[in-house]
Amino acid sequence: MRWLLRKDVLILARSRLLVALLIAYPVAIALLIGFAISRSPSRPRVAIVDETPPGQTVEVGTRRVNVHQYTEHLFSQVQPVNVGTRAQAVAKVRSAQVLAAVVIPPDIATRVSSGTIQAQLELIYNGNALVQSLVQSQLRSALAQANLGFSEQIQQAAAGAIDVLLRGGNLGVLGAPTNLIGLSSIPPLLRHVLARQPPGPDRAALERVAAFADFAARNLRLSKNVLSTVGQPIRIHSVLLHGRRTPLDTFAVVVAVTVSLMFVCILLAAGGVALEREERALARLVRGLVSRETLLAEKGSLAAACGFTVAFAMLAGVSAFVTLEWSRAGLWLLALAFGAVAFGALGVAIGALAREVRAASLLAFLLSLPLAFLALVPAGSVASGLYDATRVISFAFPFKPSLQALDAAVNSSSPALGVSILHLAALTAVFGLLARVGLRGAD
Amino acid sequence: MGALAAPDAVSPVLSVRGVAKRFGELQALRDVSFDAHAGEIVAVVGPNGAGKTTLLSIIAGTQRPSAGEVVGPPRARAQGARVGWVPQQTALYSKLSVAENLRLFARLEKLAEPEPAVQRMLEQTGLLERASDRLERLSGGNRQRVNVAVGLVADPPVLALDEPSASLDPRQRERLWEFICARSRGGTGIVFSTHTLGEAQRFADRVIVLDRGELLFDGPPQAFMRQVDGRGAGEAGSLEHALVAFLEQLGR
Repeated sequence: MRWLLRKDVLILARSRLLVALLIAYPVAIALLIGFAISRSPSRPRVAIVDETPPGQTVEVGTRRVNVHQYTEHLFSQVQPVNVGTRAQAVAKVRSAQVLAAVVIPPDIATRVSSGTIQAQLELIYNGNALVQSLVQSQLRSALAQANLGFSEQIQQAAAGAIDVLLRGGNLGVLGAPTNLIGLSSIPPLLRHVLARQPPGPDRAALERVAAFADFAARNLRLSKNVLSTVGQPIRIHSVLLHGRRTPLDTFAVVVAVTVSLMFVCILLAAGGVALEREERALARLVRGLVSRETLLAEKGSLAAACGFTVAFAMLAGVSAFVTLEWSRAGLWLLALAFGAVAFGALGVAIGALAREVRAASLLAFLLSLPLAFLALVPAGSVASGLYDATRVISFAFPFKPSLQALDAAVNSSSPALGVSILHLAALTAVFGLLARVGLRGAD
Repeated sequence: MGALAAPDAVSPVLSVRGVAKRFGELQALRDVSFDAHAGEIVAVVGPNGAGKTTLLSIIAGTQRPSAGEVVGPPRARAQGARVGWVPQQTALYSKLSVAENLRLFARLEKLAEPEPAVQRMLEQTGLLERASDRLERLSGGNRQRVNVAVGLVADPPVLALDEPSASLDPRQRERLWEFICARSRGGTGIVFSTHTLGEAQRFADRVIVLDRGELLFDGPPQAFMRQVDGRGAGEAGSLEHALVAFLEQLGR
């Protein structure tokens, strides 16, 4: 095997363009995928036409909420582009300078204050199905966030007005008497009066008034809680079932490194085996000079060693930008080694079955990219039947277990590293066997 | 021409005994038996699909027979020596140099001293000056010389060549046969297949005529031509005419 290894290293060293492509392409793909995963969704660029008069307010009992606060909430959710008129907004949407336009009508404050007519915004957008989907998902979410923020302002104002009614004092409303008694002060005051009142119809009437005041005060206090419940009926409490929370950026690193590992190992192993056939040297080798098993082991090992080196170099390089725990480096190496060997086994199987370098390379690409994407499909994002199918496919190939192994090694996520390593070892055996069957006809 | 070293009738360097090969429904070889002796040149001839390449592959060990066996001389078997093999198309690494290819196969053959063997083959094939040239930069003729050299690097007792001169021009063909004949004179048994019957007539001590997997004749070329003439095929003149006439007589 030593001389075969030396020969292959020599051939690799003399195929510099191939080696450069083999390393540059997967690294570029890996970085793109990592970038796409780690990058938080950008705020959509939206034209906003605020037609409300300056200083217009929504009246909530004794309080006033400036309509401009709604605009501020909306501004914080999008990349706002202020325009003066609806026509300008439409022009910006048409010229694709903005994703969409939102028109805030002049009567929004009147409608919100009425309590009976719902206020309405105008959302203007066009574009292809992708843009429309983006507007549906991103902009509607931004508007919902702005609505929520504004409704919190209104709730606070309403809660303040209820407080004043309960506690009394100066309402601050034009024409209202000063130093008003609060609703909660009425029941004890009436009880004090009732104590000195002789029995009779007047006392009975006062007792009924006191009972009502007590009931009203207690229910008004409850209404404050009701207000906050209506504003946000359900709060979210997150519970992570397994492992620890994985930061998105380190997961992106794991994905990028696994993709690189996969490409280098599979392409090199598949190409190496197919090259022996293409050079017609395979028959010469396997007629007693080298066993088929040794040949496959040599190709797989060389590819695994190259992939392992590239992947570890990537991981080490990325650690300059993303915080990784170097104390876990031993586990990284373990995960990378098992992943590399499993990918190498898949590569030699492809090479043995494809029979020529171009077909092997094409098959390796055709297989690798979908495998990576299928393994990244989150549960619940597709129909359950389709998700089950992706799980079965991912289980049968080394990408997902390699990703899980490296994720466990880097981020201590689940499943445990040992489980993934066992899975990878089993896949190595299966693909090794498949490769041996593929070489059976190498006469 | 290659019979300077007297064939050893007692101990052949190669014995093909009752070899048959089946590919599914196709019977490629049927009960083929013959011997090759040290220094003897044996040509395997026949029309397309006769089974020549299959027979050579079985002799070389790249295919297993469905029945029968191929046996080398007892001494060579004991030393682990294999039949040297020269496939029809060069089976070498184009990114490696001539010397690197020879060195690799010398090491894979587990030669005790690979370097002298590499030097010897470079000298014998006249490729000493091209030793460091990569194979991809050599002409077709020179590549075939390296192909033959790799087949001989372990100094095998018998060399199997599958249409060795098929892609060569006349001058290259002449040089190749000079080299093969020199090896034969040195005692190496040579078994080769060819469509160029003039080569068989000129260089072979014996011809094996195959058709549809059957061995139809085994003997010297002149004996084959005489046999064809004797059957009333007219003046055969050349091995090529004789073979055509022979197959026509058999209705094939």
